Amino acid sequence: MTDVGTVVVLSGGLSHERDVSLRSGRQVTEALRAEGLDVVESDVDSELVDRLTGLPDAVAFPLLHGEAGEDGALREVFRLLDVPFVGADGAACRVAFDKSIATTVVHDAGISTPEQVALPHEIFRELGAQALVAALGKRIGFPMMVKPARSGSALGCAKVSAPEELPAAMVGAYAYGTVAVVESFVVGTEVTVTVIDRGAGPEALPAVEIRPDSGFYDYAARYTAGATRFLCPADLSGEVSARCAEVALNVHRLLGLTDLSRTDLIVRPDGEPVFLEASVAPGMTETSAVPLALEAAGWGLGPTCAALVRNAAARHGSHHGPLPDGPG
Amino acid sequence: MLVPPTEARRERVDVAATGITVCGGARGETGLPLSFPVMHPGRVTTSLPQDGPERGSRRDTRLDHYVDRYAVRTHGMTASAIRALFAVASRPEVVSLAGGMPNISDLPLDVVGSSLHRLVLDDGRTAMQYGSGQGEPVLREAICEVMRLEGITAHADDVTVTVGSQQGLDLVTRLFCDPGDVVLCEAPSYVGALGVFRAYQCDVRHVAMDADGLDPQALREALEALRRQGKRVKFLYTIPSFHNPAGVTQSLRRRQEILAIAREADLLLVEDNPYGLLGFDHEPLPTLRSLDEDLVIYLGTFSKTFAPGFRIGWVLAPHAVREKLVLAQESATLCPPVFSQFAVAGYLRDHDWLSQIKIFREMYRERRDAMITGLADHLPEGCTWNTPSGGFFVWVRLPAGLDSQAMLPRAVTERVAYVPGTAFYSDGFGSRFMRLSYCYPTPERIIEGTRRLGEVLSREAAVHETFGTVGSGDGPGPVAPYQAPKPNQS
Repeated sequence: MTDVGTVVVLSGGLSHERDVSLRSGRQVTEALRAEGLDVVESDVDSELVDRLTGLPDAVAFPLLHGEAGEDGALREVFRLLDVPFVGADGAACRVAFDKSIATTVVHDAGISTPEQVALPHEIFRELGAQALVAALGKRIGFPMMVKPARSGSALGCAKVSAPEELPAAMVGAYAYGTVAVVESFVVGTEVTVTVIDRGAGPEALPAVEIRPDSGFYDYAARYTAGATRFLCPADLSGEVSARCAEVALNVHRLLGLTDLSRTDLIVRPDGEPVFLEASVAPGMTETSAVPLALEAAGWGLGPTCAALVRNAAARHGSHHGPLPDGPG
Repeated sequence: MLVPPTEARRERVDVAATGITVCGGARGETGLPLSFPVMHPGRVTTSLPQDGPERGSRRDTRLDHYVDRYAVRTHGMTASAIRALFAVASRPEVVSLAGGMPNISDLPLDVVGSSLHRLVLDDGRTAMQYGSGQGEPVLREAICEVMRLEGITAHADDVTVTVGSQQGLDLVTRLFCDPGDVVLCEAPSYVGALGVFRAYQCDVRHVAMDADGLDPQALREALEALRRQGKRVKFLYTIPSFHNPAGVTQSLRRRQEILAIAREADLLLVEDNPYGLLGFDHEPLPTLRSLDEDLVIYLGTFSKTFAPGFRIGWVLAPHAVREKLVLAQESATLCPPVFSQFAVAGYLRDHDWLSQIKIFREMYRERRDAMITGLADHLPEGCTWNTPSGGFFVWVRLPAGLDSQAMLPRAVTERVAYVPGTAFYSDGFGSRFMRLSYCYPTPERIIEGTRRLGEVLSREAAVHETFGTVGSGDGPGPVAPYQAPKPNQS
């Protein structure tokens, strides 16, 4: 008998990141079970609503990456079904998941961001690709990054070093969605900062520095063990580390995120952190940064995830019996 | 989350004195930070590690303790976004035209069940014991009967049972190939074979095909080019009947021509024949092995004519090779799975398996017809494909500019999956092609899959039209259906 109801760890789904999501789900499930919680793993399918409503005390822990998981749709369903869940609500997810919107919000708050242009495919068709591609080159400059506006795990992302590479990169990004963002390429140290709220307010964990062997933190570099060197805490000065933590906490607050988030940054040579993107359902796989940051903080994946579950239950006000203190 | 002591020893620990300063965290006597800070909005607090790494240390890790110990050949084994997309293909919402799984729903499970029941009760102590490294004699005899249907006369002594024909190919490559050795393959070729050749670090060269299979002239030219380079070809790997992925079949005349070239060039042939008994229009053509006993190593399997789960295949090889195969098999597995061997032998003994193969053929023919109809109805102008006379696969050529690999995410979004042509070449060529399988989905699902695929192709073509782009791998010009990559296309 646990102090919260059954935790439904949701992973899989139909997004391009299904495989990553399943791996995240397995990690979190094992960690929660080690904490003594009652956990069921669930895919997102036509039986999910019945499954959730059949467990009156269920707490959902969505580990779905990509659309449906991070775009807020499923979280709206949780709200509709009155099921407590870990993480940000649908409205915040919609903002955070779309790189074009999130970057604008963060930039307007005074945080450094790359120069960015977000363009749907249709605009190229209507106005002519050649002129727009030329304008992008002139405004953003080379090298530049091309990304799908709504996707994760670096899928569909490409670094473009010359004008002739840009059209193919745009086509690659549009294979993942109808809107692509084109950003200036920021040179610097790649770090990611996890923010977690165990009940006493959001806290920034030590930054994880990412050094992919290939020079580009793409899908293979992310999910091939051994292909990327991680330093945790990042090899940054105390002042810069503090600045990264501050930025991540601000991003978490600005985007209205809840429980946990991961903010990806590039630290410029002058020490200024530049916001790249925020994740509302960060990867929890064997090669993901969040478990490393938790380890560096001495928190542990299991106790932290359990605290998040208790948070969600408490927010909902449907917990059974007194809530014990979390690990923090 | 504890860092295991072994891990802590193996990984370099970078003491924080190397430049890390703490943001408001406490300091010990040495000035080193006692812990790494955890920051809150508006305040800075520290969180003392309770079960993490030693205080003040930085973890410097690749999350793989063994990264500097792997063999060179292992370094190419990386995560792939394309492969990850196939995780979605297994969901029922997706019409998967990607996998090559045989449809075994028509198998008489009652017959198989009673045969297995008898096996356990009557011969269980033998069937569940270690067995011969070469395979059980009763099955090797039965295999000779099966091969006779395709014109092969062989003695059971020359058969080595393997864990599927995939292991047969692995053993043959292990026996013949050192790193850098040249292996010839058709263009395109079976993705599982390319994986074996890659694992043994072979130098794979593709040879063009046409509608009659491997092109003899292209084979001659490839052999001559390699001779001029001073390279010896260890063997030619070929799938003469109902090719995977191309769907074509070598005509009898073509088979004879290929054997004549092989004799002239002293070229060893490795003939892979998983689909030979699954033809729709005519009796099986003579296998290469039936036309030449000395130059051909033959791979067979029960995966398509019975069931793949038993993992039983075989290699028929000249005597000297067979002896080495048995030694290699003993080294790899001690013996192929004994229970599976008796199970297959029992099925062949107790069931009218030839009639069962006829049932399979009709089922696959109906699905082939559904796919050809669906492709004709739904694929946009500029796509071409062949009509296979057996086997599982259709090979589709896309209009210039389209890239099947780059397009796969869009297809998954539209809930249809296929295998990009690049999977069937060793060198990145093949982006203008895709392999479609009709073996597993129902005819209705196949039609629906082709409808979705048609929409995906139209949308992708519209994006390419907007940007005036062409597929990255194969260039804008015309491309033959079974073309070998030119040097500048690799």
